[in-house]
Amino acid sequence: MTAATHETTTTPEGTAPLPAAARPPRRVRGREERGLGASVALHATLALATLIAAFPVVWVFFISLGPKNAWQQPGEVLSHLGFHNYGDVLAHSDLPQWFLNTVIVAAGTTALGVFLAATAGYAVSRMRFPGSRQLMWVFLVTQMFPSIVLIVPLYLLMAELRLLDNYLGLILAYATTAVPFCAWMMKGYFDTIPKEIDEAGRVDGLTPFGTFWRLIVPLARPGLAVTAFYSFLTAWGEVAYATQFMQSDHYTLAVGIRTFAQDQRPDWAWTSATAIIITIPAALVFMLVQRSLVSGLTAGGTKS
Amino acid sequence: MTTATSTGTTDETARGHRKRPRPRGSSLRRAWDKYWYAWAMVAPVAIVIALLVLYPLGYGFYQSLTDANESNVATTIGAFHRPATYEFVGLDNYWHVLSGADGDFYPRLVWTVVWTVSCVVLQVGLGMGLAVLLNRKMRLRGFYRAMLILPWAVPSFIGVFAWRLMLNSQYGVFNEIIQAFGLPAQNWLGSPLSQKIAVIMVNVWIGIPFNMVAVLGGLQSIPKELYEAAEMDGASPWQRFVNVTLPGLRPVSNTVILLGCIWTFNMFNVIYLLLGNNTTGDTDILVTFAFHKAFNGVSDYAGAATYGIIILALLLAFSTFYRRSTLKSEQA
Repeated sequence: MTAATHETTTTPEGTAPLPAAARPPRRVRGREERGLGASVALHATLALATLIAAFPVVWVFFISLGPKNAWQQPGEVLSHLGFHNYGDVLAHSDLPQWFLNTVIVAAGTTALGVFLAATAGYAVSRMRFPGSRQLMWVFLVTQMFPSIVLIVPLYLLMAELRLLDNYLGLILAYATTAVPFCAWMMKGYFDTIPKEIDEAGRVDGLTPFGTFWRLIVPLARPGLAVTAFYSFLTAWGEVAYATQFMQSDHYTLAVGIRTFAQDQRPDWAWTSATAIIITIPAALVFMLVQRSLVSGLTAGGTKS
Repeated sequence: MTTATSTGTTDETARGHRKRPRPRGSSLRRAWDKYWYAWAMVAPVAIVIALLVLYPLGYGFYQSLTDANESNVATTIGAFHRPATYEFVGLDNYWHVLSGADGDFYPRLVWTVVWTVSCVVLQVGLGMGLAVLLNRKMRLRGFYRAMLILPWAVPSFIGVFAWRLMLNSQYGVFNEIIQAFGLPAQNWLGSPLSQKIAVIMVNVWIGIPFNMVAVLGGLQSIPKELYEAAEMDGASPWQRFVNVTLPGLRPVSNTVILLGCIWTFNMFNVIYLLLGNNTTGDTDILVTFAFHKAFNGVSDYAGAATYGIIILALLLAFSTFYRRSTLKSEQA
């Protein structure tokens, strides 16, 4: 096979044969080059994928601009464009309260999640100590917990600690779901930061905590951003715990929106407007860390 | 131990900072002196995990050995307090489930496995394909990447609602789209088979971005020299993919597949929110089945806990086996 392709020159992709005369005949196409046809095929594929990825979200936005029955008659939307669903749902439902609840819970989860994941990840990455392997193993196993085995005992525990229907209770519960993955990721990220930096800090008289806080944390910003993003989204989009733990005053968005989208007779006008309102903060946070996402995840993924 | 690799920077010997193990006096005191700040750093997470994961897990395991349900657990209604009256029944629940006597476990298990395998294969495959496409210089790369990650940026329950709207059998736009391509319209959220296809489709839509981003990162960590060397040897693009890219991706793909299997196996949101209660139960995976057991009708806490522990045991067995076999193949 090697020899064969080596000799036959026309591009193995078989898309657009280059003008053969223009190129030396024995050349296999390099990585950074592409013919016109390949370019077209590449962009067409990616454009199609983009369409599929974005369409559901765009569609919800489109429906949310229409009248009440827009979801039954999408054709009506264009002639009735407007933001009245947004105004309605903000003025006549508990949405603002749910929004505030969710912001509090998500911010708390992010802060706690980053703190826990970064300290644990750093300790495991840099220090060898009895229990580090077991700790990482527990993190991995925690991923496997179906929330269902925890939810009933956790409910009873929270009731005992008076953390039911309480922001802190939900924050702690979310931290347990977000931290294990984040700690693995942070460990991987810290592993990519040269140890010599720590050593330099130590020689200059920093304590281990000082080294971590002054030198490593600033360098690990991309990893931390991904951790923050992941914790935030965990809290922003969780359904099961929020449903069981919180009463109506403390509903989060994920629970509240279901009061619009009942199984019977869902109110898609309000649901779609709410969905867009919920999506915007998540998408903003996402855009902020977008660039760090690849580097942060890679480090975590490759060094498992 | 930051100084793990340092060559004995002499003035910090007091705390035993160096990595070389002293002759082990195994005194607790010395271990404490040596490791206290490592332990201090992991203490917060250890406490949280112990209190909110391990303790409830132990409690759940205990429940699975009893016949606890809504009618016999301790309750407090106003001033009235009723003590728990459930009894310890040993392994009866497990026997009842695993022997197939409850009639649900094996059908649910089969569907859960089908669901997990098809979702993970599609997610990882498509994610990898898109990552390979994106991993090159081209116009609009940033735009494509941002748009393709969109399903991940959107909270999953919103994504599910969007699909529920699109898949509506009467008014859904999805049917119109596939009809435009000459495919027959379906009652997507109606019959068990089309429900199954729908949930897999939605879950794959949600799951691709994570896989794509992870693989993209993995691709960027493959040294360029390897490709250059392969090019020198006259390898075709396909050969470069099979012999350089795929092996280079192995650490990432192993992790991604393992996580994907675990997450999909436990995926609650998609099935529960997409179908709501409009289901015959055929589309329930083990997790949603256990959830219904715990919270629908007369809550069967013991039964739900039993299912939870069995799910956990299955995943533990799978991941142990998986990691062992991937470690072997990485070393080979």
